[in-house]
Amino acid sequence: MLKFILKRLLISIPILIGVTVIIFFLLNVVPGDPVALMMKEHISVDVVARVRAQMHLDDPAIVRYFRFLAGALRGDLGESYKLNRPVTSLILNAFPNTFVLALWAALFAWVVGIPAGILSAVKKYSLPDNLFMGFSLLGVSMPVFWSALLFQYVFAVKLRWLPVAGFEDWRYVIMPAIVLGWSSAGIIARLTRSSLLEVMRNDYIRTARAKGLHELPVIFGHALKNSLLPVVTVMAIQVAGLLAGAVITESVFGIPGVGRIAVNAIQARDMPLLQGAVLFETTLVILGNLAADILYAFLDPRIKAA
Amino acid sequence: MNDPKEQDLTLACCAAGTCEEEESIAPPSSFLKDVVIAYRRNRLAMVGAAIVLILFLMAVFAPWLTPYDPYAIDLEVMTEAPSWSHWLGTDQFGRDLLTRILYGTRISLVIGIVPTLLSMIIGTTLGLIGGYYGGKTDMVIMRLCDIVLAFPSLLLAMVVMYTLGATLVNIFIALAAVGWAGTARVVRSQVLSLKEKEFVEAARAVGVKNRVIMVRHILPNCLPALIVLFTLGIPGAILSEASLSFLGVGAQPPTPSWGLIVTSGKEFLFSAPWVAIAPGLFILVTVLAFNFMGDGFRDALDPYMKQ
Repeated sequence: MLKFILKRLLISIPILIGVTVIIFFLLNVVPGDPVALMMKEHISVDVVARVRAQMHLDDPAIVRYFRFLAGALRGDLGESYKLNRPVTSLILNAFPNTFVLALWAALFAWVVGIPAGILSAVKKYSLPDNLFMGFSLLGVSMPVFWSALLFQYVFAVKLRWLPVAGFEDWRYVIMPAIVLGWSSAGIIARLTRSSLLEVMRNDYIRTARAKGLHELPVIFGHALKNSLLPVVTVMAIQVAGLLAGAVITESVFGIPGVGRIAVNAIQARDMPLLQGAVLFETTLVILGNLAADILYAFLDPRIKAA
Repeated sequence: MNDPKEQDLTLACCAAGTCEEEESIAPPSSFLKDVVIAYRRNRLAMVGAAIVLILFLMAVFAPWLTPYDPYAIDLEVMTEAPSWSHWLGTDQFGRDLLTRILYGTRISLVIGIVPTLLSMIIGTTLGLIGGYYGGKTDMVIMRLCDIVLAFPSLLLAMVVMYTLGATLVNIFIALAAVGWAGTARVVRSQVLSLKEKEFVEAARAVGVKNRVIMVRHILPNCLPALIVLFTLGIPGAILSEASLSFLGVGAQPPTPSWGLIVTSGKEFLFSAPWVAIAPGLFILVTVLAFNFMGDGFRDALDPYMKQ
């Protein structure tokens, strides 16, 4: 087990380094002088040159990359051009909001997705099955920003049940969590359904039935445990995906999270902030995938052998 | 190895119902005929194909379908509700919404198809090379895939758009840059199993060049998987473009991109909700239609994908 975890960890390191290389070179070859951008017009050429030298912008790209990498390892992601504050603290301040949103979205996805999947599998081709699978398909086919606007229109503007946007108490998190979690719920429901149906074809299920067990104990006592294996892995991957995928949801609902920082940074052309936010979110996804792999190996001893 | 993306694909196959029931299929007459027959049996897939056909017709004949100009501003009819003269109402500049959506079909279809095709070409080439030659080449390509797949795709596309600037061609590049890795992985796994087959061995034994084996013997056998990947890649690209445009790094005004129209409607959600709702419905229906088609192809091609 330890060996497996170590091996997985070692694979993640070159991926993480590759990610930093891609982010750095994509964002640092961008045309346009950041100094000129920061200071707007009315500055003399030698002032620009001095500030460039201060910011080490004239060093070769490789040198700057290693400086960036060394800084990132120390938790120093540079300073925002526009807000003049350390990127790390801006991100860490925003992260709890993203985390709360992702957590509620994930909970919504599980609480809705798993029972819906089980019911769909047990009552295959019934009305609830078709209904659940239809909602699940809708979840992955709707643009998130559009479903967010629809929710705002119906529940905030027309019915006035929930606040339109902002992030103050629990009522503010309901709509964004559902909007963000919908597609995840759909994926989990489909996965639970297909996985349960697959498991139900096994010999040991036939044995359980043959010994006279009713359908419910067969499903909950024998089939469900095995069928949830792939579901749990996907759930772990999804949490990371939800943390990183909240970009649009955060923008529409005005939630001050990391995704919103990234969008604002793009609009303000604030390179260090964008760089930091993207690196942070991608690292989260890599760690989430790592956790999912380890969790899966932990739950299913057959994996380790492979 | 527990690989999430590959797992997704197999899981998706299960979800589509292919591993729930194994229908007995008549002995194959020809690849094309077989696939067409199996595809036509799937009602949702046929609905999807019909919708896609209608969308293509809308895109081609847009100028003849509407009397309005998608860019002509008419300040006398700003944000008017749907009526007989403007079926879906007008936007904040008095432009006919239906007209803009009709012209937007062109953008959405091009955005759906071109980047997906690009990423298929890149992904297939790299997957073929990696899978066939193996060794160091394969390792480098696969690590590159791992890195690209580690990024949340929207974020990576955002960064590419930030660097390149928001134009239509750059959206192609951004989406292809993000999308090729998935294709490369699938093609590689296919190649790995195909290159052990007798017909490849036979070709090698009689001295056929590696490049010819890859293109003539292995590639055609990857085609079923590629068709499915392509059809299911289109809705993904359409949604991505809509999201990028929504975030301001995609299509720029006054382009009648569906995502952009929804964005502009955001500000009038209270007074003129149709501006945001109508184009979103078109996105939804288009994405659903391609998804239905993709599922249909996957079920129809399933016997050919299992080697």
